[in-house]
Amino acid sequence: MALLEVKNLGVSFGGLRAVDEVDFHIEEGQLYGLIGPNGAGKTTIFNLLTGVYQPTEGTISINGENIIGKKTSDINLVGLGRTFQNIRLFHNMTVLDNIKTALDNQYKYSLLTSILKTPKYFAIEEEMDREAIKYLEVFGLADQADILASNLSYGPQRKLEIARALATKPKLLLLDEPAAGMNPNETVELMNTIKLVRDRFKITILLIEHDMKLVSGICEEIFVLNFGRELAKGIPSEVLKNQAVITAYLGE
Amino acid sequence: MKKENTNKNISKKVTNKKNIVSLVLIIAVYILLAVLVENKILNRQFRSMIVPIGANIMLAVSLNLVTGFLGELSLGHAGFMAIGAFTGAVFTLNSNLPGLLEFILAILIGGIVAGLFGFLIGVPVLRLKGDYLAIVTLGFGEIIRSIINSINFPSGLDPEGVRIMRKGTMGLTGIEIYSNYTWIYIATVITIIVIVNIVNSRFGRIMCSIRDNDIASESIGINVSKYKVITFVIAAFFAGVAGVIYAHNFAIMMPTEFDYNRSINILVFVVLGGMGSIRGSIIAAILLTVLPEFLRETSQYRMLIYSILLIGMMIFNNSDLKHKLIKKKA
Amino acid sequence: MTNVIEQLINGLRTGSIYALIALGYTMVYGIAKMINFAHGDIIMVGAYLLYVFIDIFKLPIILSVVLTIVMCSLIGVFIEKVAYKPLRKAAPLSVLITAIGVSFFLQNASLLIFSANPIKFESIIKVNAVHIGNVSIAGITIVTFIVTSIAMVLLTSFIKYTKTGYAMRAVSEDKGAAQLMGINVNRTISITFAIGSLLAAIAGILFLSQYQSLKPTMGALPGIKAFVAAVLGGIGSIPGAMLGGLALGVIESISKAYISSQLSDAIVFSVLILVLLVKPTGLLGKNFIEKV
Repeated sequence: MALLEVKNLGVSFGGLRAVDEVDFHIEEGQLYGLIGPNGAGKTTIFNLLTGVYQPTEGTISINGENIIGKKTSDINLVGLGRTFQNIRLFHNMTVLDNIKTALDNQYKYSLLTSILKTPKYFAIEEEMDREAIKYLEVFGLADQADILASNLSYGPQRKLEIARALATKPKLLLLDEPAAGMNPNETVELMNTIKLVRDRFKITILLIEHDMKLVSGICEEIFVLNFGRELAKGIPSEVLKNQAVITAYLGE
Repeated sequence: MKKENTNKNISKKVTNKKNIVSLVLIIAVYILLAVLVENKILNRQFRSMIVPIGANIMLAVSLNLVTGFLGELSLGHAGFMAIGAFTGAVFTLNSNLPGLLEFILAILIGGIVAGLFGFLIGVPVLRLKGDYLAIVTLGFGEIIRSIINSINFPSGLDPEGVRIMRKGTMGLTGIEIYSNYTWIYIATVITIIVIVNIVNSRFGRIMCSIRDNDIASESIGINVSKYKVITFVIAAFFAGVAGVIYAHNFAIMMPTEFDYNRSINILVFVVLGGMGSIRGSIIAAILLTVLPEFLRETSQYRMLIYSILLIGMMIFNNSDLKHKLIKKKA
Repeated sequence: MTNVIEQLINGLRTGSIYALIALGYTMVYGIAKMINFAHGDIIMVGAYLLYVFIDIFKLPIILSVVLTIVMCSLIGVFIEKVAYKPLRKAAPLSVLITAIGVSFFLQNASLLIFSANPIKFESIIKVNAVHIGNVSIAGITIVTFIVTSIAMVLLTSFIKYTKTGYAMRAVSEDKGAAQLMGINVNRTISITFAIGSLLAAIAGILFLSQYQSLKPTMGALPGIKAFVAAVLGGIGSIPGAMLGGLALGVIESISKAYISSQLSDAIVFSVLILVLLVKPTGLLGKNFIEKV
């Protein structure tokens, strides 16, 4: 059974058909790329997968479990973590607290424990600190744990967002244009980090990019979206030879 | 706007240096207060302000939880205060328990009933955001007040032993005066400690995350609406407690004391003190309760001066001048 | 039946005054993205100005009305320049608190000048009641209907057809883009405040003619109600403000007459809350999808 199974997915906003008849599935451990020109509907698909928008038709299931109609937060609990195209960090919180908030579902304690500051409170908070630092270390952010997220520079902010999504222990990680706004060197570095993340955390990744070269470099399989519909899918080397894909990207 | 960081460094135990210093400070302030009151160093006018100051601190700190930490604008805090005040007062007017027990029970009942209303109101309205939420909470505050106006409250027995029913518009009279400086001090300190502890826990973290980015919070598995309601209920509970304490300071209480102007005043404490700053809320609540009394010297001009100060402070807070001054200091 | 019709007409009269005030809220909100909490107090300022011109300076009625409206406009613009303009880039909450400060200021200034005691004022509108069948419509009601209708038609055409109207719509859509297109944003905001205050002044005059009594807090409650009306209709929408105002007036009048005058405010707010729960942007507000 595929980890993620998307069948006949479609959504309309008013008269606009944003996504139409999209089918794909991702196997466990895969690094899957979703590419397409600007406005093709890539982020909309992410929003459908994570329950931010409700699809007009189609099914989405994770490990066979249907997730349509679930709240975004419940979908995360089922195993979907994501980042956003326009970084959405908790800006006025420290880097460490950004991660600790994501750890919340794994380390709960009651309101009474908080109010009375029982030993349990200190024990759990301490454990959360240790766990959070582990995630920060992977991304080289550990020594910036105590600064406000808004004071990080752009690259580290992107990394923190990935680390935060990972901290929820997702089965499938959705990355929305992780390399947007980065220079070529930073991009290469980021791609290496993404591979490392996949191997180290043994998770599946679905990545949005519009830079084809970048995606074909690391993804095992890609899906090309144009005007909300499938243009091609398969292994990168073949898809990139596809005449329709070349036309969509370079024009006639 | 200044925001306190939560959980900057978690100290390992309750008995750390910071907490001991706080404890010493709390006791010292109490002794100072006791000396000032018992020896009549404070004049009558200032003594009469102790209860309102305490109640205002509790109101400001609890509203700050909603507005400063959760990031939602509520203009109905006085409504919850009114619920606490009326349930608490109706309870003490009709019960025959010994004084202290009666008062403590009244505080709990008032807080719980207000919290319950916080839940009933919070579940539907917290789906709204920003200005819409503001006007709806203001509306709820006014609804609560007009309902109180139209209820007949049992208010104790008359000399023949028949229960007296009083119309809400007439307010309640003959309320036992339980709130003295000791009780208000204890209640205020407990409120502050509880709220600070909440802010420094996972609940505080979640509130701040919702304030900073609710969509991202959802994406990491946080049930945003649930925590919004929890926050709202906690704040309503303490507003209710503040109401009970406020009610037992004067023998008479009218529903008009809890109109939207009071909600606005509480919001002013929070905003001037700094959103998300508990210390700021406390200082602002004290200063802005005392200030109009100081200005009483200038009697008729006092509210005019107050309003000019309010506008001036907001403009100054957002001016280049302030940024320059802060830079110079640093 | 006659009674119901009369209540309905009363409701529409109060409602059309609410609508005038609501227009000011909605326009300022649309353009400056702020709740001008002091807007209701402009009604009070207008009412006192009229009283001063007529009863103290003994000016002719028409001249007094014109002077009142002009002065209110200027005061509105002045308030914006002094109190709100420095806060253009500040957090919405700071602006809200400032507006509350302005509201306190206006109320207390008039308290100082005129004291808290209500002042009696004889209505300037002396039109006879009209009888249609069993239903009698008071002169003030007819004048209110005529004045508010004219004001609304003028306002709508102003916004739809004049260059300034275009500018206003552009600024409310996107301030930055409007500026790039060469629109003077500051001037547009000033004009918006001028028009909003002008409408509030008219509302104040009508209001005073109806209740024939002045006090410093007289603007607060109609102000809040009109704001509720603006939100009910969909804040930022001009037809919404008119619809919201009329609806609110009718609901209020009917519930006062047939349910409970004490609970009428509660009913009004409950309707608002119900509408917002079903349609979070108000009756005629635009629905929008948050971009993620």
